[in-house]
Amino acid sequence: MKIVVCIKQVPDTTEIKIDPKTGTLIREGVPSIINPDDKGGLEMALQLKEEKGAHITVITMGPPQADLILREAFAMGADRAIHLTDRKFAGADTLATSYALAGALKKLDFDLLITGRQAIDGDTAQVGPQIAEHLDLPQVSYLEDLKFDGEKTFTMKRHIEEGYQILEVEAPCVVTVLSSANTPRYMSVGGIVDAYQKEVEVWGKDQIDVDETLLGLKGSPTSVHKAFARGLKPAGELYEVDTDEAVGIIINKMKEKFIL
Amino acid sequence: MTTKKYPKGGEFLVKETKPQDIFIPEEFSEEQIMIKETCRDFLEKEVAPLLDEIDNKKDGLMVELLGKAGELGLLGIAIPEKYEGFGQDMNTSMLSTEIMGTYSSFAVAFAAHAGISTLPILYYGTETQKSKYLPKLASGEYKGAYCLTEPGAGSDASSCKSKVILDKDSKHYILNGQKMWITNAGFADVFTVFAKIDDDKNLSAFIVEKTFNGISLGLEEPKMGIKGSSTCMIFFEDCKIPVENLLGERGDGFRIALNVLNNGRLKLAAAVLGAGKNVITNTITYANERVQFGKSISNFGAIKAKMGQQCIRLFAIESAIYRCSNDIHNNITELMAAGMSKEDALIHAQKEFAAESAILKVASSEALDYVVDEGVQIYGGMGYSSEAPMERAYRDSRINRIFEGTNEINRMLVVDFLMKKAFKNELPLLVASQAVAKELMSIPDFGEIDESLFVRENKLVANFKKAALLVSGAAAQKFMQKLGTEQEILMGISDIIADCYLSDSVLLRVERLIELKGEGNCKEQIAMAEVFIYDAADRIHKNAKDALNSFAEGDELRMMLLGIKRFTKHSGLNSKDKRRLIADKLIEENKHCF
Repeated sequence: MKIVVCIKQVPDTTEIKIDPKTGTLIREGVPSIINPDDKGGLEMALQLKEEKGAHITVITMGPPQADLILREAFAMGADRAIHLTDRKFAGADTLATSYALAGALKKLDFDLLITGRQAIDGDTAQVGPQIAEHLDLPQVSYLEDLKFDGEKTFTMKRHIEEGYQILEVEAPCVVTVLSSANTPRYMSVGGIVDAYQKEVEVWGKDQIDVDETLLGLKGSPTSVHKAFARGLKPAGELYEVDTDEAVGIIINKMKEKFIL
Repeated sequence: MTTKKYPKGGEFLVKETKPQDIFIPEEFSEEQIMIKETCRDFLEKEVAPLLDEIDNKKDGLMVELLGKAGELGLLGIAIPEKYEGFGQDMNTSMLSTEIMGTYSSFAVAFAAHAGISTLPILYYGTETQKSKYLPKLASGEYKGAYCLTEPGAGSDASSCKSKVILDKDSKHYILNGQKMWITNAGFADVFTVFAKIDDDKNLSAFIVEKTFNGISLGLEEPKMGIKGSSTCMIFFEDCKIPVENLLGERGDGFRIALNVLNNGRLKLAAAVLGAGKNVITNTITYANERVQFGKSISNFGAIKAKMGQQCIRLFAIESAIYRCSNDIHNNITELMAAGMSKEDALIHAQKEFAAESAILKVASSEALDYVVDEGVQIYGGMGYSSEAPMERAYRDSRINRIFEGTNEINRMLVVDFLMKKAFKNELPLLVASQAVAKELMSIPDFGEIDESLFVRENKLVANFKKAALLVSGAAAQKFMQKLGTEQEILMGISDIIADCYLSDSVLLRVERLIELKGEGNCKEQIAMAEVFIYDAADRIHKNAKDALNSFAEGDELRMMLLGIKRFTKHSGLNSKDKRRLIADKLIEENKHCF
């Protein structure tokens, strides 16, 4: 089986700070990580590889420093890594991003394409489904589990608001995965050493099948109108009391705030 | 093509080093940082949640954790690929040791296994011994222990009584004796045991497997700290060891033990650094959260002074640790280029920097004791409670001043190593100290005051070295061969030399950092170097004065005391504001960040 996993480099939001004056993110000095949902997707691929055997290609689109997450993916056990990078890709919204990625993916042969559900820096959850549309492939989003019958059929557990859906889907298809699907493995020392002996393939726009006018800022219909920081909520109050007393406290609080 | 000459051990005292000639931790490669992250990831997920269980010696837990570390490759970082390790260099190995040092009970088990237990086999083993044991030690299938100390042989290791005779069949040695304070004893599969063959004067070393007959263990020792690490006595009663398990040559044991400790001391310093950084992170987080008199206690000057000082001491030892580790790395490269085997090069290079390693063992263990002590203080009542992390950190820290050679033994070794190098004409200490003596007779240079960054500090560090040379030269001249019995003076000289090495290293690191990042981005680091050197001046003055007053007299004493005063004269520094600056950065980052 051939699996491709799309991963994205994102700032570690647990480390992020907001500039109090401008209200924008301070990115300087903030460590970059593999987007958690994407890492869950990679782990899912690695488990499939262990169970049924598979060749895993990871692909990312991003500036030169995104090379780091591809090395990390190698260190976890990926077999091939492709880095999509070109100045023409810069400033892309989700549509232009998924278009460029789809352009690259058309050149790859795969049975399963895995993306994370959404990235923690943008939270759109759009790129995975858009890729599926560009490639005209069936898609299943919000995956928590996936089994492969060894032939052609995947059994998938999809997380929905009210519960779960169990689906059967035939390869090739696109899935988006939740980070709660699994616990990603550690990079091993041996994996890290190998990661720096392997080659990351670097592709620009000329290596893929795309229309230049649909790339980057030019190809992006979305524009950010305004960015602002939400004020922090004050700390909550904690009471360890029985139910009756708790109800009383809540009612009083609501009266204090003129909710009741 | 000219080959670059790398620094030799002890040269920091007599030669000027340029900032670009040292390695600083800010220059680790992406790959090295990734290995560091894997170590951290492992610790935070596997070890940190289980600290209480570890300290309660939950059955099988330490073995399980070492096994997991082995699966990830963490036990094989320094082992060559040929023996199924990962062949990483000295700096990477030190960096991983630093991170693995974070939680002390686990750190001690890890270090005893991957360091002093595995390295004797790597350095001195035959090809058969290496192929047999190293892959299993690297994977964690075998756990290792190092058995040197005995009830009557601690610091005086060569007085040990464990005895070995050759069996009648000449195929086995028979070992009888007992070993004490053996880390990992409770679960180790392979022991490196030091004992004397027949009536030999010198020790020999043996690889002993748990499955050999005649081995029994004492009970786990109750200890002040590192409670989770296994420490037992081991008894050998007619334990049969195949002759091919003699490690190195007969009588090589003491040399093996000491050379392995050269590595062990530097590794200890790295582990202690990791523990110290974690304590600082806990401390600042607590100080930021804890509110008294209506504000976080981190806002108070008394707390800022402590936190600033914690960072300064760790920053100085960190600067010297990675300088030393890279100097050893370069030395290894040089020796291998000259045709030496990697194992021999490792031994030689580590011996070359034995004085620096001993300095760092002492300085780091004492810095950690300071850091945990102030950690408890900043936590206040909670610092004394076993519910908060400081109580454990405080107890765990103390052992570092005792094992791998007590700090007293190590202080004396510092002077001993350097003097030996001088006698062998490997280090021009004599010429240098004569030059200083001559300078005492000349008129001091009252040159114009230049207030540019670090002009004063550079001059001071050069003068510190003169103070070290002056005192050690005068003491050597006075006592000649008997200097070894003047332990109080040796300890003072050792402290002066340590302050020289640390001041030199911290200054070089910050100068290098400024080259890389620009002065504006190194404000706190500049402050740390300035305060460290400012404080060192007074320490050196006091140590030098005490030493000189104990053996010199008359005009000679007066002249030397004047010299010392001149060499340690500092024009003044607002160290209060500098410590505040450092603390403010900590407060902002809410974690150790230098």
